[in-house]
Amino acid sequence: MKKTDLVVSSLVIAAAVILTSVLAVASVGATATGQSGSSASITRGKYLVEVMGCHDCHTPWKLGPKGPELDMSRALSGHPEELTMPAAPALPPGPWMMSAAATMTAWSGPWGVSYTMNLTPDKETGLGDWTLEQFIATMKTGRDRGKGRALLPPMPYFNLAKLSDEDIASLFAYLQSLPPMRNRVPQPVDPPDSSQ
Amino acid sequence: MTPNWLLAGALLALFGATGFSQVRALAPVAPRLLSESGLYAGKGTRVVDRRNRAFAPQYPLWSDGAAKRRWVRLPEGAPIDINNLDRWDFPVDTRFWKEFAFDGHKVETRFLWKVSDHGWVFASYAWNDEQTEATLVPDSGLPDAAAITDGKRHSIPSVMECRACHDSARTEVLGFNALQLSDDRDPNALHAEALAPGMVTLRTLVAEGLVSPRRTGLASTPPRIAATAPDTRAALGYLSANCGNCHNRESSLASLGLSLTYELNPSASTCAPALATAINRRGHWVVPAHPETSRIINPGRPELSSLIARVRSRRPLSQMPPIGTVVPDHKAVELLTRWVAAPPEEWMQLAARCAGS
Repeated sequence: MKKTDLVVSSLVIAAAVILTSVLAVASVGATATGQSGSSASITRGKYLVEVMGCHDCHTPWKLGPKGPELDMSRALSGHPEELTMPAAPALPPGPWMMSAAATMTAWSGPWGVSYTMNLTPDKETGLGDWTLEQFIATMKTGRDRGKGRALLPPMPYFNLAKLSDEDIASLFAYLQSLPPMRNRVPQPVDPPDSSQ
Repeated sequence: MTPNWLLAGALLALFGATGFSQVRALAPVAPRLLSESGLYAGKGTRVVDRRNRAFAPQYPLWSDGAAKRRWVRLPEGAPIDINNLDRWDFPVDTRFWKEFAFDGHKVETRFLWKVSDHGWVFASYAWNDEQTEATLVPDSGLPDAAAITDGKRHSIPSVMECRACHDSARTEVLGFNALQLSDDRDPNALHAEALAPGMVTLRTLVAEGLVSPRRTGLASTPPRIAATAPDTRAALGYLSANCGNCHNRESSLASLGLSLTYELNPSASTCAPALATAINRRGHWVVPAHPETSRIINPGRPELSSLIARVRSRRPLSQMPPIGTVVPDHKAVELLTRWVAAPPEEWMQLAARCAGS
């Protein structure tokens, strides 16, 4: 083999290796992309839900024999429909700002009263009629379906907004894979002193 | 030779892939100054370029009482494709400007520029105190840019907020379509501005060949909202312009099942979508004191109609629209209340029109 052919062959091999690497990276990205329902995506979504603390507020807490524990029979179904909250307690002057229900699913503060949403795919009361596009827009903008009212405390959407679209798609895929649970969460309540 | 061809092909593929991101990086961006956007006739002048044509939609969007001026520039020889009357397709390099002023003081000018077949640049420019120049606002917007009234302040929206309404699938351009530019203007439209000489209307667009196909019927029989009662016509027009940009059949909110846009396409039902999807429907949000009887539109019962409650509200949890306004539109609340409170026979007529659709 001539020296020039050797150089050319080496270049071809190097270019092919680089090209293959580029394509391989692109391909890895594609498998992580939100094909809702794919096993890898659901597994990733479950992992994210657990480490990011979604259960903390979207699964009601109950008092167990060893103290407060998540009621996993109602996992991610939001504030229990049958739990009608009384008016939030008036706080004394000072730095205290918010109150929370024992379930951790109802929160009161200067913004009014917020109830955590049903994230299961029930068509009427949960995420069953949501699209992936709406879910991503909600996480990225902090607004209901990307266009509506602002999400309310304590929802840390500003953290979730940093997730990649692929990870948000995985969250959605996992949530859509859950058994639908009918639970109509109350709509948020305006603060009583609002003059508008 | 084969290895050389292989090498060339591999390198072409490789550089083609990386070159693509460079092409994207060179996509047009909004200029730093409004005066560089093409709005004015020349450097140092604030005379609007003759190629930019003023227009006034018959059903303006409520913007907290701001006085607004609007201009459009269409690239020469490239008409607007109006095959779909409800979804006009603008030629590349179409530009729109909208100026907002409070108490005679210009606050911002928004700029919408079509830079590719499917790409629009969204930009807002904040005017200086001297009113001599406006500077590009960051993508995150400019909160509390100017006083409006009673301690309320106007905020210049972020690009994301702009796109929340302008990216609703139908078209990025709002307020410039067959209904809004119709020469058969609604005399009861709220906050409508009078047509000034030289303003673009549907008739001038057809006459000047600026739309394709050149439907002369749009000039001889301009579109209008089909309604026997003046309040119905004005209410449907208001809802279409102020709510229908997000609440329509094609937006990302379509799954809510609420469409408040008024459609002109021949296939459109004789029952306006606002009537078909709002009357007696419960909706996701209910009037707080009346959860059982609340309906989006409860005929004859404005106090039980969540649509009116939300238009009246400027509380963050319930106000509609949720973006771009901090002051309620009292005239709209008055119109919608009067409309919903109409006698039962009027609502029965509307219901009958929708029953067969």
